[in-house]
Amino acid sequence: MFDICELHEPGTLEEAKAILAENPGLKVIAGGTDVLIRLQHGSLAGAGLLSLKNLHALEEIVMLGDGTISVGAMAPFTTIFQSGLIRRHVPVLCEAAVSMGGPQVRNVATIGGNICNGAVSADSASTLFALDALLKLETSTDERIIPMGDFYAGPGKVNLRPGELLTAVLIPREGYEGMGGHYIKYAMRKAMDIATLGVAVVCKVREDRFVDLRIGLGVAAPVPIRCFEAEAYAKGKEVTPEVVQEIARLAVKPAKARTSWRASKDYREHLIEVLAQRAVAEAVKRGGGCCAD
Amino acid sequence: MDHNIVGKSVTRLDAVAKVTGKAKYTDDFFERDMLVGKVLRSPHAHAVVKSVDLSRARALPGVAAVFTALDLPKIKFATAGHPWSLDPGHRDVEDRLILTDKARFVGDAVAAVVAEDALTAEKALRLIDIEYEVLPHVLTAEDAMKEGAPLLHENRPGNVVSSFGVQFGDVEAEFGRADHVIEGDYETSVVQHCHIESMSAFAYVDADGRVVVNSSTQIPHIVRRIVAQALGLPWGRVQVIKPYIGGGFGNKQDVVVEPLAAAMSLAAGGRPVRYCMTREEVFIDTRTRHAMKLHLKTAVDADGTLRGIHVQLLSNTGAYASHGHSIAMSAGGKFRPLYDFASVKFEPKTVYTNLPVAGAMRGYGTPQIFFALESHLDDIARRLGIDPIELRRKNLIKVGHQDPLTKNVVRSFGIPQCIEKGMELIRWDEKRRAHLDQKGPRRRGLGMALFAYASGTHPVALELAGARIVMNQDGSVTLQVGATEIGQGSDTVFAQITAEVLGLPIGMVHVVTTQDTDITPFDSGAYASRQTFVTGIAVRKAAMEVRDKVLEVAARRTGLAPAEMDIRDCRIVETALGRVVCSLEDVAMDAYYDRLLAAPITSDTSANVRINAMSYGATFVEVDVDVETGKVEVAEIWNVHDSGTIINPRLAEGQVHGGVSMALGAALLEQMLFDPQTGKALNNNLLDYKLPTILDTPRINAAFVETFEAAGSFGSKSLGECPVISPAPAVRNAVLDATGVAFHKIPLYPQVVFEKFREAGLLAQRSVDHV
Repeated sequence: MFDICELHEPGTLEEAKAILAENPGLKVIAGGTDVLIRLQHGSLAGAGLLSLKNLHALEEIVMLGDGTISVGAMAPFTTIFQSGLIRRHVPVLCEAAVSMGGPQVRNVATIGGNICNGAVSADSASTLFALDALLKLETSTDERIIPMGDFYAGPGKVNLRPGELLTAVLIPREGYEGMGGHYIKYAMRKAMDIATLGVAVVCKVREDRFVDLRIGLGVAAPVPIRCFEAEAYAKGKEVTPEVVQEIARLAVKPAKARTSWRASKDYREHLIEVLAQRAVAEAVKRGGGCCAD
Repeated sequence: MDHNIVGKSVTRLDAVAKVTGKAKYTDDFFERDMLVGKVLRSPHAHAVVKSVDLSRARALPGVAAVFTALDLPKIKFATAGHPWSLDPGHRDVEDRLILTDKARFVGDAVAAVVAEDALTAEKALRLIDIEYEVLPHVLTAEDAMKEGAPLLHENRPGNVVSSFGVQFGDVEAEFGRADHVIEGDYETSVVQHCHIESMSAFAYVDADGRVVVNSSTQIPHIVRRIVAQALGLPWGRVQVIKPYIGGGFGNKQDVVVEPLAAAMSLAAGGRPVRYCMTREEVFIDTRTRHAMKLHLKTAVDADGTLRGIHVQLLSNTGAYASHGHSIAMSAGGKFRPLYDFASVKFEPKTVYTNLPVAGAMRGYGTPQIFFALESHLDDIARRLGIDPIELRRKNLIKVGHQDPLTKNVVRSFGIPQCIEKGMELIRWDEKRRAHLDQKGPRRRGLGMALFAYASGTHPVALELAGARIVMNQDGSVTLQVGATEIGQGSDTVFAQITAEVLGLPIGMVHVVTTQDTDITPFDSGAYASRQTFVTGIAVRKAAMEVRDKVLEVAARRTGLAPAEMDIRDCRIVETALGRVVCSLEDVAMDAYYDRLLAAPITSDTSANVRINAMSYGATFVEVDVDVETGKVEVAEIWNVHDSGTIINPRLAEGQVHGGVSMALGAALLEQMLFDPQTGKALNNNLLDYKLPTILDTPRINAAFVETFEAAGSFGSKSLGECPVISPAPAVRNAVLDATGVAFHKIPLYPQVVFEKFREAGLLAQRSVDHV
C-alpha cells in the first residue's frame, strides 16, 4: 500500500509527454526500485505518479546510422547486460549493468531511472561518463541532447527541466570504438550493495601507447566525475607500470571525497588510486595492450 | 550402534511445504475484520513523555484506537524467554512497559495506532502530538557507569544491571607463580539476527473472552505467561499459537511484539489486530547481539601451560535488560570445560545504555568470549614462540572433567580428533609452509579456533520438555511436542527418534508442527541448543511408553510375553525367531475397537532433564587478504564438530552452513552503527547493514567427529548454536598469520583493516599531495 494521490500510465511517449506538460509536478516512475522505497519511507508521501512502464518502445537498444548506440531510457539492466549489441561493442557497460543490485532489481531497474535518480553511486553513470555518453531529453514540444556532465547538478539532483523526460542514452561511436574497458564496483558486498567507489575506465592502446583514455568515478565527489588531468597525461604515453601508476595518482586529484560513516576521505582517496590503477591495467589488457610489471 | 533411521539423512518433514509455499507463517493467516497496528517511536535517545494529545489521530477516519502508556496497566514485566523461576531472586529483570512513558533509545515505542489499513495507521501516527522532555543520554557502557551519568532505570545505580561473577582457584597467586602474565583487550560489535521473517503477531479476543495471540515465536508457552503478566491477566486467559516460523536465532526467544499486539486488540474492542514490524523496526526495536569488551589476563608458563585467567567483561545491554546478565554469565561458563585452567576469575558487568536492546542471539555470549579467548591464545602463542595448535593441545581438559562451579561432568570430548581432522582437511602443515615470507598485495593465511558449548541450560534453569504420542488406527503415530521447529529441523529429528524406537518408517510418524498452548505439551521452546538433547529425551521416553503398550496388546493377541517381541517395520515379531506374529495395524485396531479391552495407545510424558553435555568443535580457515583495499576473503573454511551422534547428517550440515555464514558476517562485515551524537541507528536496513549475500559466502565445509554422549538420546549432543562460535577468531588468527597484524575487534571491516595495515606499515603512504 503506497501513499499516492494519482497514477498515470500512458501507453505512448507522446501521451506521457502531454500528461507531464500538463502536470509538471508528477513524479516519474520507471522501474520503481528507488521511487517505491522513497514512498515507503514517507519522503514522497502523497505524490502523484507518472509511470512509464507501458512505453515499451523506450526499452530498445539499437545502433543508429552513424554508429551511435542508443539505449532506451526504460531498458532494464538485465536487458542491457544481455544485449548482444552492448556485449559486442560496449562490454564495460555490461559489467556496470550486472553489478547493480541483484537479479530481481536488475529485471526492473532501468538505466534512465538510474541516471535521473541522480545518485552519485549509480553504477551506470560513471561508466556512461567515461564513454562520453549523451542524454536525449524530450518535452511535448522540444528535444535536446546534452553530455552526461551537464546533467548532474548535485547529490540526487539533475538538470531535468519541467515537463522533460529522459528518453535515451546515446553512446557515440568515438566513445566506444576500439576501446578496452573495465568497471570496478568497489562495495562491501558482491551483490545487493551500493558502491563505496565506482571506477570506469575505457582506453585505446596502439603500439603500446595510450591513444585515448577516459576515467569516470562514482562516489568520489557529489556527482559522478571524469579525471581529465589523468586522461590528458596518458595521451601518447607509453604503457608502463610507472605511467599507469602516475595515471592512478592523478585520478585522485579531481575527487572531492568526504568522510562519512560509510568510509573516510582518506580511505576513499586511497581506493581511487589503488582501483584506478587496477582498472586501467585491466582496460589496457582488454584494449589490446599489455602492461607487464 | 546400528540404527535404522537415526543417523540417516532423512528429508526434513517440512521441506516440500516450505519450498512450494504451502507452509503458512503468521502473516499468512487472516481473520475477519482484521485491523492493522503501528507504533510511534521516540526520536530521542532519552526523553520523558511530558504530554500527549491523541485527539487529531483519533479523529482520522479509519482509526480504531490510539493509545499510550497512560491507557495501559502500569505493570513492569521481564521479556526474556526463560522458564519462570519460583525463586524471586532468580527471575529476569522486570523493567519494561508495553508502551513506555520514558523513551530510553531512539525508536522506543511510545504510542500505538490501530486502523483499518496500514496507510491510515501511518497517517494517524503523524497526527499524534507528544511533548518530550529530552534528557542527556549515554551510548557506551563506560560512559554509562561514570559518576553523574544519566540514569536509565531508577533502581539501577550506575546503570549496572548486574556485576555478579564467579571464580575458583587463586588467580592472583597464579600471576605470581607463572613465567609470564599476558594481557589483551578484545571487542565485538552490535550485530542483528536478520531472520528472514519479520517479527510479527496478530491477536484477538475469542468467543470465550480469552486473548488469542498468533506469533512468530520460538517460545509459545513463555509468550503466554508474559502476555498475561504484562496485561495483568490470569495465565489461563491467554492462548498462544505458533505456526511455521521463518527464523529466530534467539531474537524470538524474547517477548517483543506479542503484549502490544494483544493490547492493540483489547483497545479495538477485541477485534483482530496484526502488528508486523518493518525491517527497519526489527533492527531497532527487537534485540541485538551484545557488544562486549573483554580484558583477558593470563598466567602462562614458558612451556605454554595455562595456569590461570582473569576475564573482565563489559556487556552493553542497551536500554532494557532483556536477557541481561544471563548472557554474560553464559559466556563465562562455556570455556571452562575446554581448557584446564587451575584458576579462573570471571568478572562481568552488564550495563544499560541508550541503545537498542541487546538480547539472546545464537551462541548467547559465547561467540564474544571465544573471539576474545581464541584470539588471545594466538597472541600468547606468538609471544612465547609456540605453535598455536600445540598451545591449545597442551591445555585441554580430559574426559571426566567436572566443572567446579556447575558440577557438569564432561562425558565425551572429541576436541583432539576435531583438531586432527581439521588440520588434515585444510592441509594445515603444507599450507603453513607455503605461506611463509609473503610479500605483495595479496596474502594468504591460516587460522584456527576451538570452542565449547552446552546442551541446554542445566543447572542454571529448568530443562523441562513435553511429548505426546497418539497411535492411529493404521499403526502410524502422531507426535506433539512443545519444542518449536524454527527451521533448525527439530521436528524431523523428533520424528526420527520416534520412528527408531517404534520400528516405524519415517512416513508413519506425523509431527504436529504448530504449537498451541491450549493443546501442546509444555516445553519452554527453542533455545540453548536444547531441543535434540532435552526434548529428544522426552520424545524417546514417550515413544518407549507407546512401544511398551503396543507390546502389551500384542501379548494379549499372541500369548507371547512383551519382552519376547519387538516392532520391526510396522510388524510385531517374535524377536528370537524373527517371525512376524501380527501387524502393528492389528494391534492398533485392537486398541481402538476391542469390545472388552479397547484403550487407544497414547503417551503423554515430560522429562525434567537435570544433566548437561558439552559439545565441542573447531574452525580451520584460510583467508585471502587484499592488502591494498583491506578486504579479507575466506578462501577455504572447515568447521569440525563433536556433537555426539549425528541424528541427521544433512540437517547437521545445514546447521553448520547457516551458523558459519552468520559468524563470517559478524567477523568481516556486519555491525549496527549509531550516530554518536544522537544515538540514532545509521544503518537499520539491509542495504546499509552488510549482511553477506550468497555471493559473499564461501563454500562452507562441515565435518563431524562422532563421539557417543551417554547422557543424550542415541548419544547426541547439541549443535544448533555451535557453528557460530569459532569462525570469527579463526578468521582473525588467519589474518594475523597472513599479515602479522593482530586485530582486536570484529568486524574486520575494510575501512578498519585499511587503517590498521597502514599503521603497521603494510601500505606505502600515498604520494599525492592534492587538495
